[in-house]
Amino acid sequence: MTDALYQEYILDLYRHPRNKTMLKNFDFTRHEKNPLCSDEIDVFIKLDKAEKITELGWTGEGCAISTAATSLLTDYLKNKSKADISKLSTEKMLKILGLPKITPARIGCATLGLKAINNAIK
Amino acid sequence: MITKKIKQHFPIFRAHPNLAYLDSAATTQTPQVVIDAMNDYYAKYRSNVHRGLYDISITATEKYEAARKQMAKFLNSAPEEIIFNSGATFGLNALARSLSPRLSHRDNIVLTRMEHHANLVPWQEMSKHYGFEIRFIELDPTSYQLEPNSYNVIDENTKIVSLTQASNVLGAINPVAEIIKLAKQKSPKVYTIVDAAQAAAHLPIDVKKLDCDFLVLSGHKMYGPTGIGVLYGKKIMLEEHLEPFMFGGEMVSDVTYERATWNEVPYKFEAGTPPIAEAIGLSAAAEFITKIGMNTIVAHEKRLTDYALEKLTPLVNIIGPSTPSPSQRRGRGEVSRLGVISFTIPGAHPHDIGEIVNRAGVCVRVGHHCAMPLHKHLGLVGTARASAGVYTTKKDIDKLVSAIKEVKKIFG
Repeated sequence: MTDALYQEYILDLYRHPRNKTMLKNFDFTRHEKNPLCSDEIDVFIKLDKAEKITELGWTGEGCAISTAATSLLTDYLKNKSKADISKLSTEKMLKILGLPKITPARIGCATLGLKAINNAIK
Repeated sequence: MITKKIKQHFPIFRAHPNLAYLDSAATTQTPQVVIDAMNDYYAKYRSNVHRGLYDISITATEKYEAARKQMAKFLNSAPEEIIFNSGATFGLNALARSLSPRLSHRDNIVLTRMEHHANLVPWQEMSKHYGFEIRFIELDPTSYQLEPNSYNVIDENTKIVSLTQASNVLGAINPVAEIIKLAKQKSPKVYTIVDAAQAAAHLPIDVKKLDCDFLVLSGHKMYGPTGIGVLYGKKIMLEEHLEPFMFGGEMVSDVTYERATWNEVPYKFEAGTPPIAEAIGLSAAAEFITKIGMNTIVAHEKRLTDYALEKLTPLVNIIGPSTPSPSQRRGRGEVSRLGVISFTIPGAHPHDIGEIVNRAGVCVRVGHHCAMPLHKHLGLVGTARASAGVYTTKKDIDKLVSAIKEVKKIFG
């Protein structure tokens, strides 16, 4: 039986997160915290002259949901523009994560990386 | 002896028959007698206290003052040493605000590494204003008990020692009376404060034996309502040392447009209309505990804690004292730890543990449990925490154990 939440790709991303690295050169960074579970995340964003995202990295300890979400989000945003970041909604984030029906208690986990990236470019 | 029939006193288990409520350290469930006591106030004699001359107001005042007496009995104090407030957080903030102006940059205060945010942050804030140093009694990282070698942070310049009776994360019980005695030897004018929020429903509390100057507790962690707590202060402390921290009606004796004088204790610390229904509810909760008997509760929770530790130790990393061997056990009726068991599972984040055990109807707390510095100190992001109450059964523990096996299956 497959678990609706802890699907194989989620667990795989949790064990092998993507883009989980600290950038040495970056234009924006942000430290964000999920007050409910005390997860912490740092994001690093590098843009080119046209404000296109060339590199994205993140560090921190999170649950399976936040780790998978940030992994997929940072993949998604590569080569997108800075303006594309502000267009992202919670719904879009859940779509990228592939878990549109996540419980309210876990939305904070799923959007921790998004919140950090959003606040980084503000 | 407590049997599973005790669940019948708690309506929550009728609403959720399969609930394995293992989060009593966060808040306990409410017995029917507490709900009835509060309903009676609202339905039969609601009125303000200490004001009306009419019958129902007299009843309300009598019940409110009877609640004070009941809490005094519960803590072995005099009734006028009991101040009702909104909870332990309020009590600690009030003490920090009221006592800190007596301190300067030459002074220090002593806490422990295992304090709840409520017994840390108010002092940090006051330290910014008054410049005193905050020192910590260290934690032995293997036994998860306070390190007696570090009691020497208390010196002649220590003006306040404020410590928790039992850790809400580790379950460790602190030798509070011993530390208070030592503090008074080293610094005779020290103010001593006990945070009994976590201990109140699980250990006997005797302020005379502790010889503390102040003690705080929260009603909602001892089967009482939310929004009520007690600040105990030795009478001489309340009369001569503690300044009022809230001003308004009820706490005054004489008021002119220019100034006011204060009412007698404890009323000078209870500005405004107090939480009347909640005080009456808390009193019913204390009576509920007393009727079962604190020694019976201690024995019941010890049995469950030993059982839980035995079942959990092979499966998880326990962050707290392990079960003591028979030779290490203290005297009769004494226990070395509370039924508060925090743990981690390698490869599974606490939040994911909480999610999966919830599917089996098991309620645990996950995260830092309002003790972020302690988790960082121990190198942990967070923990999952299971905690017991009078209604906890072995079946609840078994459910947790099988849910943890499920976590390990998913994250294995």
